[in-house]
Amino acid sequence: MASKTRDTARPSAPGGVSFSLSDPTVRAVFYQILVVGIVIAVGWFLIHNTLDNLSKRSIATGFGFLEREASFGIGESLIDYHPRDSYGRAFLVGVLNTLKVSIIGVVLATVLGTLIGVARLSSNWLIAKLASTYVEIVRNIPPLLQLFFWYALVSESMPPVRQALNPIPGVFLSQRGLFVPVPSADPVWGMMAFALAIAVIAVVFLRRWAKARQERTGQPFPIGSASLGLLVGLPLIAYIAGGAPTALDVPKLQGFNFVGGVVLTPEFFAILVGLVVYTAAFIAEVVRSGILAVNWGQTEAARALGIDSGKTLRLVVLPQALRVIVPPLTSQYLNLTKNSSLALAIGYPDLVSIANTTLNQTGQAIEGVAMIMGTYLVISLGISIFMNWYNKRIALVER
Amino acid sequence: MKSGILAAAAAAVVFGAVTGAQAGPTLDAVKGRGFVQCGVNAGLPGFGNPDSSGNWTGLDVDYCRAVAVALFNDPNKVKFTPLSAQQRFPAIQSGEVDLLSRNTTVTLTRDTSVGLNFAPVTYYDGQGFMVNKKLGVKSAKELNGATVCVQAGTTTELNLADYFRTNNMSYNPVVIESNDEVNAAYFAGRCDVLTTDASGLAGTRAGVAPVPDDHIILPEIISKEPLAPAVRHGDDQWFDVVKWTVYATIQAEEMGITSKNVDEFVNSKNPEIQRILGTSPGMGKALGLDEKWAYNVIKTMGNYGEIFERNVGMKTPLKLERGLNALWTNGGLQYAMPIR
Repeated sequence: MASKTRDTARPSAPGGVSFSLSDPTVRAVFYQILVVGIVIAVGWFLIHNTLDNLSKRSIATGFGFLEREASFGIGESLIDYHPRDSYGRAFLVGVLNTLKVSIIGVVLATVLGTLIGVARLSSNWLIAKLASTYVEIVRNIPPLLQLFFWYALVSESMPPVRQALNPIPGVFLSQRGLFVPVPSADPVWGMMAFALAIAVIAVVFLRRWAKARQERTGQPFPIGSASLGLLVGLPLIAYIAGGAPTALDVPKLQGFNFVGGVVLTPEFFAILVGLVVYTAAFIAEVVRSGILAVNWGQTEAARALGIDSGKTLRLVVLPQALRVIVPPLTSQYLNLTKNSSLALAIGYPDLVSIANTTLNQTGQAIEGVAMIMGTYLVISLGISIFMNWYNKRIALVER
Repeated sequence: MKSGILAAAAAAVVFGAVTGAQAGPTLDAVKGRGFVQCGVNAGLPGFGNPDSSGNWTGLDVDYCRAVAVALFNDPNKVKFTPLSAQQRFPAIQSGEVDLLSRNTTVTLTRDTSVGLNFAPVTYYDGQGFMVNKKLGVKSAKELNGATVCVQAGTTTELNLADYFRTNNMSYNPVVIESNDEVNAAYFAGRCDVLTTDASGLAGTRAGVAPVPDDHIILPEIISKEPLAPAVRHGDDQWFDVVKWTVYATIQAEEMGITSKNVDEFVNSKNPEIQRILGTSPGMGKALGLDEKWAYNVIKTMGNYGEIFERNVGMKTPLKLERGLNALWTNGGLQYAMPIR
C-alpha cells in the first residue's frame, strides 16, 4: 500500500541517488515492486530447482498416484473403505477422521474450557485453586506426552477383550474400545432426521417472532422451553408414527473381537481426550481474561436494575466479554485442529497418518506433504472465516 | 512432529542444489568429507540399535562400517543417522545420508519412482505374525477378525492387507509410527497380533517382550522381504563401491577367509584370492579404492557369516538360523558375483 505522503520539498541528500528515488511515493512503489519481484524469483527458483533435482534422480512427480489402488487397510473410517480403493479415497478417509476429531474436540474443549475458566474466577477458594492447578499442569506438559499418557492409560488399564467389562447389557468396555449397541437400520431414522430439520427451521422463525413481539409489547416469551419442546417433540412424533422400532444391533463377542454396534476405539478416545484436555486449559485462560476484561461496574449496574445473575451474565457480561474472547479462541481452535496431526503417534488414522503411509508406498513425499499442508490450510481458513464472521456479528454496534 | 521432519526432508530436496548434494558424484563428496553418512534403524535389535554405551551395533550398521573400511580403512568413519520408516526415503533422496542401510525391502517402486539403487541383499527375510500363546492360534489362517498392530510406512502394511484379502479374512489395523509404541501397544494387549519381518519379530520377542515364552511366531511367512542397503540414483561409482563391499564379505565366506585367518591367505597362490586381497592389483583401481579394500573389510569386519553370527545368529538373543541366508553352497541364497 503506497502511503499518500505529500512530497515536502526536502532537499535531497548530498550525493543523492537519483531524482526519482527521492520522491517518497515513487520510492514506496519501487520497493514494493522490488519485494514482489524477489518473492516471485525465489519461488520460481525453488520450484524449478526441485523439479530439476527430482528429474535428475528420476523420482516420479505429479498427482497421478491418487488414482492407483491403495491396498492398505485403515482402522476406522466414516465412509466405506476397502484396500481395493484408491489412494485418493484413503486420503479422504483421513481428512474425515481429522474433521471428526477436530469438530468434536472443538465443541468439548469449548465447554470444558469455559467451565474451568469460570471456575478459576469462583469465589469458592477450593474450586478456584483446583481450576488454577489444572490449567498450570496441563498447559506446561507437551501435548504429545499427554497423548501417550492417555493411550497407555486406556490400553493398560482396560481388561483384555475376553474379560470385557459389561456395565449395562449390550455395552462392553475392553482394550478394544467401548462397544455400544445402536438401533438397527430402519426408514424411521430418516423421517426423524427430516422432522428435526423442520424443528430447527421452526425454532429460528419462532425466535424472530418472539423477539419482535417483545419489542412491540414488552411481553417476554418462554423461548427456551418452547424450542426444546419443538426439537424433541417433532422427531418423537415421527418416531411413533414410524411404528416405534426397538430392534437393536447389539455387539457380540465373535472370535477375536466384538462385532456389531458402534465402537469408540482407544485411539480415537486417546486423541480426543488428549486434545480436549490440553486445549481446554488454554481456552480457560481466554475465557477468564475475557470475563475479567468486563468492568465490575457493569455487573453492579445490572444488579441495580434488578436483573438476576443468570441474565446478567448472559445479557450484560458475556456479550462484552465475547469481544475479547473470540479472537484468541479462534487460534485455540486452529491449534486443536493442527495438534490432531499428532494422532499418528498413537495410531489414530488421521490425514497425516494416511498421507504418510501413502507417500511411503509411492515415494511421492513432496506431493504428500503438499496435500497435508493444503488440507490443514483449507480447514484453518474455514475456521478463521467462520470465527471472523461470528466476531463481526457480536461486535459492539456503535451508536 | 514427524511430518515436520518429512517436510524438512522435502525442503532438503528443494534446496538440494544449494546444499551441494549435487556438488558432484556422491563418492567424491564422501571422500572429500572423510566419512560416510549412513541412515540406520533407530532401534531394531540385531540390525540397527545403539548398545548401552551408545555404540551403534547390528547387521545393517556393520555394512555401513564395512563401506567406511573399504574407503578409509576405519570402521569409525561413519556418521549414523537414526531414521524412522517414514523418514528414510526423503533422507536418502535429499542427500542427508549417502547410504541407507536400514532393513529396507527391495521393491520395484523404490527402485524406480523413489529413485534408489539397491546393493546386494544382506538379509533375506519374510513377514510373519506373532501372537500371544493364550489365544491358542496355531496358524495365520485362523486370524479372521483379529486386530493387528503394524508400524507405519513399511511394506508390512501392504503385505498384511494383501494376505487378508487373498484369504478372504477381515482384520483391524492399528497403525502407529514408532516401533517402540507399536510393540508397547501389542504387549499391552491392544492387538491380538504383531506383524513385521520375522527377524524383527525375533528381535522384539527377545529384547522387548516381558516374558518371551508367552509369544509364538506363527509358521506362515507371507511375503518376500529381501533387505538391502540402498544408494540414490545418480552415482554409479558410489553404487559400485557399496555393491562390491557386500559381495566381498560373501565371497570371503565362500573361500573360507575370516577376519582371523585373512593374513594366512595373503600369500595364497590362488589367483582369485590374490585378486580379492589385492596382492594382484586391479580390483581396487577399478572401484577407485585402495587395492587392499577387501582385505581391510574382511580383516576389520569379518566375512558375511561372521557379521551374521555376531549380530543375529544363534549366540545372540535373536537366535536366527542362517536359513535362506546360508551360502548357495549350503542351500541358501547368498551368492557373490565373481570378483575379477
